Amino acid sequence: MNLLLEIGSGLCLLLGCFLCLSGGIGILRFPDFFTRMHAVGVTDTLGAGMILIGLMLQNPEGLVLLKLMMILLFTLFINPTASHALAKAALRNNLQPVLDKSSNKGGNKPSKP
Amino acid sequence: MLTAATIAILVVMLLAIIRCVVGPTLYDRILAFNMFGTKTVLLISILGFLMGRPEFLDIALVYALINFISVIGVLRFSDSVEFKHSHQDQTSTKEGKQ
Repeated sequence: MNLLLEIGSGLCLLLGCFLCLSGGIGILRFPDFFTRMHAVGVTDTLGAGMILIGLMLQNPEGLVLLKLMMILLFTLFINPTASHALAKAALRNNLQPVLDKSSNKGGNKPSKP
Repeated sequence: MLTAATIAILVVMLLAIIRCVVGPTLYDRILAFNMFGTKTVLLISILGFLMGRPEFLDIALVYALINFISVIGVLRFSDSVEFKHSHQDQTSTKEGKQ
């Protein structure tokens, strides 16, 4: 039982680290504010949730578990709220998303037979 | 595994702080700062387990709440009339110098 908890904790931590690293690379390499916001959303909900669940499996008893569950609950409430407020503020201050220009040149028209 | 998670989170915090420095707009910086705060909460939690002191979780809890309040506060300030006027004044003085 103890070994099973260790293996589960390691897997959850590994998945969380992978998601956090991919989001960190995404925030550097994506071209636009709104696409960067997508990368940050992945790390803030699923990556943080996986790491916190991995920490819960390390010590599944008592007050520590309760505190970790409270941190997870606050993370899942706070980060979508902050992302929503950030996107609304950016749109209200005229930050336009970058659109694909090649689709406006008639590339989608059906070809003549 | 805890050590590897600590190193990964430190690398992600470094990437976020790079975006926070070079970000072209104000909202990129706020986004990177929000991500940095979330990763700080995770780092404090993991360090508490790594050092055998679970009392660090209280600090992580408080840090999550303070991070949220600070981000919402900066966003509210960026919507205010004074901020927009000061921003326009700065851009107009820059254009005037050029």
